[in-house]
Amino acid sequence: MNAPENPWLSYTAVIEEVRSEIESVTTLTLRLQDEGRAAQYRFAPGQFNMLYVPGCGEVAISMSGPVSDDGNRIVHTIRNVGRVTQAISQLGPDDVLGVRGPMGTPWPMEVLEGRDVILVTGGLGMAPLRPVVYELMREPSRFGRRTLLYGARSPDLLLYARELDAWRSSGIEIHLTVDRADPHWHGHVGVVPLLIDRLVDLAPSNTRMFLCGPEIMMHFSAKSALARGMAQEHVWLSMERNMQCAFGMCGHCQWGAHFVCRNGPVLRYDVAEPFLQVRDL
Amino acid sequence: MSVAAEEVSWMDRNGLQRLIELLADEGHEVIGPRIDQGAIIYDSIRHVDELPRGWTEDSQPGTYRIQPRNDQEHFGFNVGPHSWKKYLFAPLTTVMRSRKTDQGWVMDSPQPELRRFAFLGVRACELAAIAVQDKVFMGAGTMDPEYQLRRSHLFIIAVQCTQAASTCFCTSMGTGPECHAGFDLALTEIEHGFLVVVGSDHGRRVMQSIDTRPASVDEITDGVRRRQRAVNQITRRLETDGIRDRLLSKLNHPQWDDVASRCLSCANCTMVCPTCFCHSVDEVHDLTNEEILRNRRWDSCFNVDFSHVAGGSVRDTTRSRYRQWLTHKLATWIDQFGSSGCVGCGRCITWCPVGIDLTHEVAMLCAEDAS
Repeated sequence: MNAPENPWLSYTAVIEEVRSEIESVTTLTLRLQDEGRAAQYRFAPGQFNMLYVPGCGEVAISMSGPVSDDGNRIVHTIRNVGRVTQAISQLGPDDVLGVRGPMGTPWPMEVLEGRDVILVTGGLGMAPLRPVVYELMREPSRFGRRTLLYGARSPDLLLYARELDAWRSSGIEIHLTVDRADPHWHGHVGVVPLLIDRLVDLAPSNTRMFLCGPEIMMHFSAKSALARGMAQEHVWLSMERNMQCAFGMCGHCQWGAHFVCRNGPVLRYDVAEPFLQVRDL
Repeated sequence: MSVAAEEVSWMDRNGLQRLIELLADEGHEVIGPRIDQGAIIYDSIRHVDELPRGWTEDSQPGTYRIQPRNDQEHFGFNVGPHSWKKYLFAPLTTVMRSRKTDQGWVMDSPQPELRRFAFLGVRACELAAIAVQDKVFMGAGTMDPEYQLRRSHLFIIAVQCTQAASTCFCTSMGTGPECHAGFDLALTEIEHGFLVVVGSDHGRRVMQSIDTRPASVDEITDGVRRRQRAVNQITRRLETDGIRDRLLSKLNHPQWDDVASRCLSCANCTMVCPTCFCHSVDEVHDLTNEEILRNRRWDSCFNVDFSHVAGGSVRDTTRSRYRQWLTHKLATWIDQFGSSGCVGCGRCITWCPVGIDLTHEVAMLCAEDAS
């Protein structure tokens, strides 16, 4: 019998491409160096990898590329905000980092089949939802009405702005909002949940909603969705917590009864709701 | 394997010494209780003379003292600051290595070190704690290779409690004080010797090389009486009926502020707890940053950076951290692993520097439930 694979072991990956997105946010494309492992690697939308910079540490980052990617092309969009992400931001093409993954419970894509889909996101929360957008574009006929509600602090902080036209032309309805507009802004101004309040022709029982962004945004967006008649069981959200093992053992990411790394990061709203109400939980 | 009541044998102190030697000959590191720096702790044992013979403990909230007994019992105490978890779930272990080579970084995981432990003196609450950690480190989820390796080679000699400390509440948690299963051998200390019950084939094999005789009816009765004495001495109580829902419905109770005004957030309770499993990973590198270890070490939900995310610490108050510890231990643990995370050993009460007693905190939180 082979010994079980050590769950802490990272696999080296080469940075193939670095793309600057918005201020302090870059998208990296990685390739696993082990060819066999690269060929086997698959992920589902909403899952994440632990990215490792030797001597600095690990950080949990969602995949932001299409699910057609294997280990020869792993795409992560990363904000330079902490010790490890800063170290990653200083890496360039041909540099090597470690990858453990994919980890976590993905978005339940199967529930979207034949349904109206609303993706609600704020700021960098767009990154873990981009693989979902790509799926919505790939086979539009599998879904009903497809809507993206997306907010950022200001127009220049909208992630993937260059792709929005392509998303629109695939039939995805996009409503954007910013906290602070500039003279060229034609979208909404205000918080993301207001976009849900303003949606016309929302068919609550036939709609499934994925939320990803700051906790406060998800909290109030879910409230707006429920006020529009949606059921708690038809809303999912993606949580962020400190993660070190990413397989439900180190205890850091606990949130109520959930290990966010393993039971999440994607959780159904009715499962998350009792804990979402409690401060500092 | 069930063991019939009549399969109780008697061995003397020389038999116990022989047992230690036989297990050492098999390649086991025999670990047992000894006195060190004024406490009964667990460490390597080669001879019965090293056991805390004639000593006992006085455990109270925030107080621990060893005291001489007026007899020569080897196991006349309950639990000290150590638990067996330090052997199965090592406080510090390397989980990954990176080396910078001409071909770039090479990453690997060291093979877990096989250590064959034989634990001498495992109490019922501690058997329960090992079973709890089994679910954490080799349950339904991911396996921890080091824990699994050590656990699968473990030999357990349980010792029945014949007295209880004021901090004990195993009877509330359904974990003791009597050991019924999960051991290779179980000893009850009586006057001038030990009653031995075999709990595994390995235990039976080892006992075949030791001088024993069937225990007499009087000896067996004496053992029963002594074990009952432990039950009778337990006065501390935790109401566990519906505890999960009762605690989770009180996440905003004012008692959390009250306990937070006393709690130092020192993490002692989590370090002495035989089931607490939280850990962190540190980067340890050489001066040239070319040889890097990732070391896993025990951590605690009482440390402020434990819940750190990009926006800051999620639980940045003592109130939120004590609440996390208590509700995890007694409530959400049940969701996660199918049992309570508390085995009623009382260590967290004894070793809390300000004597916070979780049974009291639960009673205060749930005081209004009684009516």
